[in-house]
Amino acid sequence: MITIALSKGRIFEETLPLLAAAGITPLEDPESSRKLILPTNRDDVRLIIVRASDVPTYVQNGAADIGVAGKDVLNEHGGMGLYQPLDLNIARCRMMVAVRNDFDYESAVKQGARLRVATKYVTAARDHFASKGVHIDLIKLYGSMELAPLVGLSDVIVDLVSSGGTLRANDLKAVEHISDVSSRLVVNQAALKLKRAAIGPVLEAISQAIVQ
Amino acid sequence: MQNWLLPEYIQDMLPDEAWRVEQLRSQILDLLRKSGYQLVAPPLLEYAESLLIDGSPDMDLRTFKLVDQLSGRTLAVRADITPQVARIDAHLLNRKGVARLCYAGSVLHTQPVGLTRTRELMQIGAELYGHAGIESDLEIQQLMLQSLKLLGIQNVHLDLGHVAVFRALVKHDQLDKNLEGALFAALQSKDVTTLEALVQPLGEELRSALLVLPTLYGDCQQVLTKARDLLPDYAEIRAALADLQAVSSKLQPLVSSMGLDLADLRGYHYHSGIVFAAYHADCCDAIALGGRYDDLGRSFGRSRPATGFSMDVRQLYRLLPAQAATLTIRAPYLEDKALQAVIARLRDAGEIVEVSMPGSVGDSTESQCDRELVLREGSWQLVSL
Repeated sequence: MITIALSKGRIFEETLPLLAAAGITPLEDPESSRKLILPTNRDDVRLIIVRASDVPTYVQNGAADIGVAGKDVLNEHGGMGLYQPLDLNIARCRMMVAVRNDFDYESAVKQGARLRVATKYVTAARDHFASKGVHIDLIKLYGSMELAPLVGLSDVIVDLVSSGGTLRANDLKAVEHISDVSSRLVVNQAALKLKRAAIGPVLEAISQAIVQ
Repeated sequence: MQNWLLPEYIQDMLPDEAWRVEQLRSQILDLLRKSGYQLVAPPLLEYAESLLIDGSPDMDLRTFKLVDQLSGRTLAVRADITPQVARIDAHLLNRKGVARLCYAGSVLHTQPVGLTRTRELMQIGAELYGHAGIESDLEIQQLMLQSLKLLGIQNVHLDLGHVAVFRALVKHDQLDKNLEGALFAALQSKDVTTLEALVQPLGEELRSALLVLPTLYGDCQQVLTKARDLLPDYAEIRAALADLQAVSSKLQPLVSSMGLDLADLRGYHYHSGIVFAAYHADCCDAIALGGRYDDLGRSFGRSRPATGFSMDVRQLYRLLPAQAATLTIRAPYLEDKALQAVIARLRDAGEIVEVSMPGSVGDSTESQCDRELVLREGSWQLVSL
């Protein structure tokens, strides 16, 4: 039995064609079904629906053999015990630094003063500002980061940006590009060795189907 | 704060587990003793720099440290016994020829390896010093497989790797330490995307060799054939592939499945040759592992070829089916010579005899008694409860 961990929404939808290429189609739609374990057309494959940030945890501990997780999530998790052999090139977006339209980011960074950074992605933020030589005070948030600079909670935010619509709607602007983010296929290390015969063909089919 | 609460990932071993773990430990040690391995028992803590000689940042982070009130120096609680045994071989025993050493003891990790693991492991293992050929690699791996078999762990998958392949590539092009570290991390997680970015500035031969490494895993023969075709023809790589060929064909009959993984660089900081790990379907991490580490002794004044394996007995215990509790015999508390003699005879025969304390209450389910000694027609007899 192969268990594949996916999160609902964009990742699920964009992973479906890749799974189809490997001959795997879920028998239920997670948006309408309330089940967390979804059967597929193959008896030996099932999908589990978990939160995006929980995918690495499930796969690392062998609760799922394979998972699809954004590079942002993997970066925060650390990737211990995981193989990440494929960049699926889906759910693409950018990790950016954003500030209020009237905030002078260049001089704030140049002065070497401390910045207050609100983000869900503390590892990415810490690494980015450390590489710039800027001291920061991190404020960990779980959502609606855009609000933080507007109400004076932080000077800048570090967040994922896809179209930039939310930033514009809230009078924010992206000032720095940290990294490109897309979803990776992750595999439990022991599973890749123990279930090679089952997992190998699935990886092969998916890697053929990735749209560049 | 309840004072009965233990720190996270720190567990008691309760009666069943404690006995079983002790049994498993002595079963393995007995096998090692009969194979000519001498037991050493290094201390729980040492100066931090002696334990962290391989310079691995990962190990540094995983090691508990404290300040020695006698010397003012930093002490560390061992997170791995292997460096201690290497120190004993290099500096204390000073044997010219082969030295075979084994050990069993607790080690502490600051972070659990995987969420289901504990931070206190009962590490048991064997190390063979003073021989550089694959015969010693084979002996160590066979011992590891025999130990697993002895405990009743079946369907073991053995995975082999060889760190000399990556080392040869790095050495040949004299890559700097930072790049080497980044390549190592990308290979370790088979992160091809990051690897592609890292190898951009490198020469064509090295670039294609590094990109092919993460695909070199799976069936032994296929991987070896592919590796011979696609990797550069350096002497070190040729030798490494020949070692893997020889070892894998000898060990194939002993395991239920086997694979190679040339990008598996676990323990890269101190390993130098063949590395191996045993996997089991019920565990999301390796259940036993080891490899060759020829340079570790150098930091203790004497470089010696070395290879060894280790495993966590408490982890192995969790893989074994639960055993029915051993049932015991209850005897009354009496100063009766005949009764004492019967009890002594039963205990000699391996039975567990509990003497009831006068006036104590308790039922047979609590103490797992299934029989009782009673006086019938002038003699002490066993009666089922």
